[in-house]
Amino acid sequence: MSVAPAELQRPETEEETVLDRPWVTIVWNDPVNLMTYVTYVLQRVFGYPKPKAEKLMLDVHHKGKAVVAAGAREAMERNAETLHGYGLWATVSHDT
Amino acid sequence: MAGFRTTSGGVTARFAKPEAAVLRDLVEHVAELITGPEATSMAGSSDLADLAGTSGRSGADPHHDPGTAGSSDELAVPGADELAEMVGLSESTKLPDDPVLARLLPDGYRDDPDAAQDFRRFTESGLRSAKVTAAQTVLDTLPPAGGRVRLNAEEAENWLRALNDVRLALGVHMGVTDDFDELSEQIGPDDSLFVLVEVYHWLAYLQESLVVALS
Repeated sequence: MSVAPAELQRPETEEETVLDRPWVTIVWNDPVNLMTYVTYVLQRVFGYPKPKAEKLMLDVHHKGKAVVAAGAREAMERNAETLHGYGLWATVSHDT
Repeated sequence: MAGFRTTSGGVTARFAKPEAAVLRDLVEHVAELITGPEATSMAGSSDLADLAGTSGRSGADPHHDPGTAGSSDELAVPGADELAEMVGLSESTKLPDDPVLARLLPDGYRDDPDAAQDFRRFTESGLRSAKVTAAQTVLDTLPPAGGRVRLNAEEAENWLRALNDVRLALGVHMGVTDDFDELSEQIGPDDSLFVLVEVYHWLAYLQESLVVALS
């Protein structure tokens, strides 16, 4: 891991947009997907420890959805694509 | 059956012949649905046709209306733009009309149709391929006559995905909701949904045992 030199950093305006309203990956509740399976997928895709994955899964289950990741738009789209591969119902959104 | 369990050589489960036949049929059907309209005829897919025929819902009806089949399923039709396919671009930009396909290939954006179209253009082709690969793994490792299945890590991962896709397809087909477990207890052997509900619960048990074996 390394840090990009200062002159190669993105223009300030873009940085501010990302910082002000980060993009997020949202997982929506689904009556079919098993709770244990959703927990497993969140652990596997994001490397979350089991307690964190379980908490997110329960948020999805009880609140109807949960933000499972935040960051650059491209990364959130990759997350959604990966989660669709597992059959989870995931979307990308601007955090509000 | 006893579901999957962990052994020194990977995860393993034993399937009776009828179990193998039903699972293979369901997995094949989902793969055909994902591959495209030209391959989705259930003629010859006897076990599933029998099962699906017991349901009154038309969610998994593979017989597409020719008038509406033009947009979302075109990529898999021979003659689709090969260059686009090579770079993983899909011609489909719309949520599929078929509710089962719509659940298997969902939108990536909820309130932004333009972004949803772009997302689909760049991801749907790859997503379809991944789902077909998962289905093919099940077909390659589950003997038609049943018997012992032994899976390495990659195969097990594909089994999980394929089992989930089949459950999603059945779930949409049967109109499963959050209170389905309670409702399904009231469905008796005479109910037209009884066999599908039994299969649905069996698949959940099977998938759960595989998650536990891999955890």
